[in-house]
Amino acid sequence: MLKEISILIQKELRLEWRQKYALNGILLYVVSAVFITYLSVGAKAGNLSVNSWNALYWIIILFSAVNGVAKSFIQEHQGRQLYYYMIASPEAIILSKIIYNTGLTLVLALLGYGVFSVILGNPVADQGLFLLNLVLGAVGFSASLTMVSGIASKAGNNATLMAILSFPVIIPILLMAIRISKNALDGLDWSVSADKLLALAAINAIVAVTGYILFPYLWRS
Amino acid sequence: MRQSWWKILAIALLVYTLVAGLLMDVPRLPILNETIRALHFHVTMWFGMILMLVAAVFYSIKYLRTNDLQCDDLAIEFTNAAILFGVLGITTGMLWAKFTWGDYWSGDPKQNASAIGLLMYFAYLILRNSLTDTQQRARIGAIYNIFAFAAFIPLIFVLPRLTDSLHPGNGGNPGFNAYDLDSKLRMVFYPAIIGWTLLGTWIATLRVRARRIERTLEDQFLNS
Repeated sequence: MLKEISILIQKELRLEWRQKYALNGILLYVVSAVFITYLSVGAKAGNLSVNSWNALYWIIILFSAVNGVAKSFIQEHQGRQLYYYMIASPEAIILSKIIYNTGLTLVLALLGYGVFSVILGNPVADQGLFLLNLVLGAVGFSASLTMVSGIASKAGNNATLMAILSFPVIIPILLMAIRISKNALDGLDWSVSADKLLALAAINAIVAVTGYILFPYLWRS
Repeated sequence: MRQSWWKILAIALLVYTLVAGLLMDVPRLPILNETIRALHFHVTMWFGMILMLVAAVFYSIKYLRTNDLQCDDLAIEFTNAAILFGVLGITTGMLWAKFTWGDYWSGDPKQNASAIGLLMYFAYLILRNSLTDTQQRARIGAIYNIFAFAAFIPLIFVLPRLTDSLHPGNGGNPGFNAYDLDSKLRMVFYPAIIGWTLLGTWIATLRVRARRIERTLEDQFLNS
């Protein structure tokens, strides 16, 4: 099982490397989105209030993650999916996709963070908590979005469907992440965020386990 | 479910809820005053909705295990009835909020969470409509139904408890336990939950039967 997962993750990485346009596209998407925000808000570095910084950052990460993960089942055509179906167990496939997409979302989030820091200023007071929160948020985003993109891919790869199915499901994770991120920005003590971190991890676990249990049924159809 | 005793029970309980809920003495409390009667007509909607969503998830799981389309009929119709209750719950809640909090929408975490929950189930309906094959629609619908429910539970039970809510029982507001609820309000509240849930089940089963008739007629038409 573990070997199967690691081989599947390697396959994802190799595929991504071969079709660099998809990865570069999504990276450029983040940078342009941040830049558009910067121009629309009309704020100079450090001018933006902490609340708006936080909200804008997470909204951009949300949209880039939806776009980045949406292709995880779409980029591979039916014939190849059938081939995976024959050689790999559905559990290994969903786990490998979730792990891979976590990495992808994390890369997007870090890139977004970098660009944000450069042009909109970096008001984060507690880097450790902020990064831990990013990791947890990335796991949650990828667990729910991978499952939803699997569902959307069965329903004709509709981009609208991907958005409307994933947004409500992802909101609990997004809300928790935004709240913890606010604490990190304000540099509050870790004990304040402890229960929220725990709640976020628990929500991630619920979503990931549900996806893990349900995916075999989805894969079979 | 074709027996009639529970339907009679539903009507009896709802008549009792309406009469007793509107006429009986209620505790006089600051701000809430008479609006505390919303307990029987607003709070019960959410209880009914959640019970019916649990039923929908149960039948979705059953569908995935058996591939029996009748389970899918039950799952979709219970979800439909739950959405009806959810819409009624959010409307009654907004009316109540207008008179106690001063605004139809105050950005209360529970209000937001229930709106998001409704979005989730509207998305479920759209997902089902976008699929044309009956078996595939049933299967993917069932998968999303279970998945959405798993995300819905933390949304309504965990998140509102982590922040202050304006709702009674949250954020320093006295809960119903503090209202001397034990004797008067509970006598109407619990029967009201059962009554509304039975009414929802009744609506769902009627629509399931209509679906079955439709399917039989279609089969006859195709075979003739």
